[in-house]
Amino acid sequence: MVPGFVLRSLHNGRNGYLVFKRLYSWTEQSFPKITTHYTVHPREKDPRWEGVDMERAIDEVDVVIVGGGPAGMSAAIRLKQLAAQHEKEMRICVVEKAAEIGGHTLSGACLELGALNELIPDWKERGAPLHTPVTEDKFALLTEKHRVPLPIFPGMPMHNHGNMIVRLGHFVQWLGSQAEELGVEIYPGIAASEVLYHEDGSVKGIATNDVGIAKDGSPKDTFARGMELHAKCTIFAEGCHGHLAKRLYKKFNLRTECEPQTYAIGLKELWEIDPAKHHPGRIEHTVGWPLERTTYGGSFLYHVTDENKTPLVAMGLVIGLDYRNPFISPYKEFQRWKLHPSVKPILEGAKRIGYGARALNEGGLQSIPKLTFPGGCLVGCSPGFMNVPKIKGTHNAMKSAMLAAESIFDTIYSDVPQETVGINPVVYEERIRNSCVWKELQSVRNVRPSFSSSLGLYGGLLYTGLFYVVGRGKEPWTFTHHGADHRKLKPAAQCQAIDYPKPDGKITFDLLTSVALTGTNHEGDQPPHLTLMDDTIQVKQNLAVFDGPEGRFCPAGVYEYVPTEDGQSKKFQISAQNCIHCKTCDIKDPSQNINWVAPEGGGGPAYNGM
Amino acid sequence: MSLRILVGVKRVIDYAVKIRVKPDKSGVITEGVKHSMNPFDEIAIEEAVRMKEKKIAKEIVAFSCGPAQCQETLRTALAMGADRGIHVEVAGPQYETLQPLHISKMLAKLAKDEQIDIIIVGKQAIDDDCNQTAQMTAALLDWPQATSASKIEAKDGSLQVVREIDGGLETIKVKLPTVVSADLRLNEPRYATLPNIMKAKKKPIKKLTPKDLGVDVSPRIQIVTVEEPPVRLAGAKVENVDMVVEKLKALGHA
Repeated sequence: MVPGFVLRSLHNGRNGYLVFKRLYSWTEQSFPKITTHYTVHPREKDPRWEGVDMERAIDEVDVVIVGGGPAGMSAAIRLKQLAAQHEKEMRICVVEKAAEIGGHTLSGACLELGALNELIPDWKERGAPLHTPVTEDKFALLTEKHRVPLPIFPGMPMHNHGNMIVRLGHFVQWLGSQAEELGVEIYPGIAASEVLYHEDGSVKGIATNDVGIAKDGSPKDTFARGMELHAKCTIFAEGCHGHLAKRLYKKFNLRTECEPQTYAIGLKELWEIDPAKHHPGRIEHTVGWPLERTTYGGSFLYHVTDENKTPLVAMGLVIGLDYRNPFISPYKEFQRWKLHPSVKPILEGAKRIGYGARALNEGGLQSIPKLTFPGGCLVGCSPGFMNVPKIKGTHNAMKSAMLAAESIFDTIYSDVPQETVGINPVVYEERIRNSCVWKELQSVRNVRPSFSSSLGLYGGLLYTGLFYVVGRGKEPWTFTHHGADHRKLKPAAQCQAIDYPKPDGKITFDLLTSVALTGTNHEGDQPPHLTLMDDTIQVKQNLAVFDGPEGRFCPAGVYEYVPTEDGQSKKFQISAQNCIHCKTCDIKDPSQNINWVAPEGGGGPAYNGM
Repeated sequence: MSLRILVGVKRVIDYAVKIRVKPDKSGVITEGVKHSMNPFDEIAIEEAVRMKEKKIAKEIVAFSCGPAQCQETLRTALAMGADRGIHVEVAGPQYETLQPLHISKMLAKLAKDEQIDIIIVGKQAIDDDCNQTAQMTAALLDWPQATSASKIEAKDGSLQVVREIDGGLETIKVKLPTVVSADLRLNEPRYATLPNIMKAKKKPIKKLTPKDLGVDVSPRIQIVTVEEPPVRLAGAKVENVDMVVEKLKALGHA
């Protein structure tokens, strides 16, 4: 047995260095080999890979789009529209890691129609699954037992008239069918795993994932190399906190002039309720309980329906990932919110038919990186255009993608000589700054940071009331987010554990039952795609200092600290098969040791209209 | 040897997805739910492709019967190595009462029309668990059958097949033409890789109706009700065997 103790100073908070001590002992059993992925253990030096043919098939297209969500599909559609308009032939490919289009899409969601009206004006005739116009907006502050309604006036971010409540997964599926009709090649079940570069450093395209690698990192009989898709320009539309975007930020220094992105986790359930309680078009948002004054977040509850008039409710909780208490479990906060006297009655006699979670952007204007680089650009929630107080980002994601598509088209067919082989659609940056997207984000830029003062929730509401509603966001100052989310966690020793109620199996449920409802699965015999840069850090730091926060913030139960066989200590255990691709771990890990990479394509959740 | 193989592939709800019963209890919800190829049929296709790679077979025809989305399942089969596909379209309520007997009749007709030497199907589908199609097809054609195959070797006009049976393993020799059904340990199917998916788009899929094959798909059964299995009741822990017997007596089971 090797005793050890940890003496670490991890925070440069406003209070200066905080030093703490925690007595912990670990043994060799505490550090089993966990990570076998080739991004951490390169195959070039691995004897098991000697003699394996690593050549990849190559295909040339005009534009390849990584990610088949609202932004990716909008870019594809716009490019094909422009090609048809100008009588050009363009080969556009979309690669999407979900087995079926819409399978990894999860959002509230409330759709503002501006971008869609521009992209496909006759969306109604074309059968877009938008069946629920917003009819009423409600906003309230919750305390443990009560609900205090707060008024909503036009001009407030919560005002939603004119918008549609949508099951975003179905909307994305429909966009996919529109794209296919126009001749876009869509490849679901294919993950982009690597960015390829020309010799001049510009992006050449992407390589799709290899398949047939065993859990220990060795090649199986079924091993097959991914394929290379070379393009004049590559659009990265991976959604919030994309794994390839993470690499691009470093490679092209795209984040030198912006703040780190800040995030929230959104957990959502879809319920089929008693028709008598159903009010299609009703939108409800709350703040307050169960979250503390200093934890940003709130709930949403949307009454949505489909062409069969099914009485559905999409509901969930969004929690800012800058929360400080490592004992917070976003999943359990969500479950206990449902027990509030104003929420529980809706769910009585109802049936839960879906569950899922996804990280979302909260950084707004302050966190938008440079959007273009030689050979490619970023669109949608990947760079992050979400309007946080409105909790709406789909319309901006689509608009950004359309602007990118137009810029790429103009650049490809212009006479301006390019400096690199991969074209750089620089006009995209200018166009989006002059667009409605920027104006919108400019006006709300101070709302989210206003919640971070010591007045917490009340400071935020006050600020929003004064400066957004009255002042329209024209105040001359811009608040900062004060650093990345992963730095905000306080050591466990300084915080109180939270006593969450046990699931009752009718309104609230245990985590694994919920995970089963996501339909998630991954080929078991593959290297875990939650890779650790250093296999020892979770036990040495995350467990020792923060009591293992990933075991609490992962909405799919991927991470556990289990006793070692000798019972002396704990070891870290990853159940990668449960992963629902929410990206929260990559964001919130205080040691930033977890690096999420794309697993074999086709794995992950199987959301149906989430 | 240059045999022609017909492989049946079924589009089923993905095995990892939680099944939900329709509120009107008429069936299971399939709309918008993730589907994939029946895992045993993947094994069947893989075996056919391996035979082609060993030059035992010269052509693989993939067959699927069901709604329009079956084309996706056929495309996967083509991407794995089948040469062409046949889609018999049956949709809506008729699809819900489709049974192995209907499929067997279609397979039998196709086997004759396309001059098939070996029919390979998965041993059962994971939605109905019938384990009937291979057997019925063989009977309709009066061909020998080798079901639950875990190993197949081709030898001069016949197949030597190791079958997984209740008592262990049975090795039989069947003369061609024959029907085989694939069991779990027959092989590990290959992935459908992107270059092959792209090539598969160019391979032909012939569309037929049941009438074209002379098969009547009107329902032979009526689905009365579909219900979820009863919720498993909690158990109770007891200290020793005597208490188990006591409890059983108290509950009227002994």
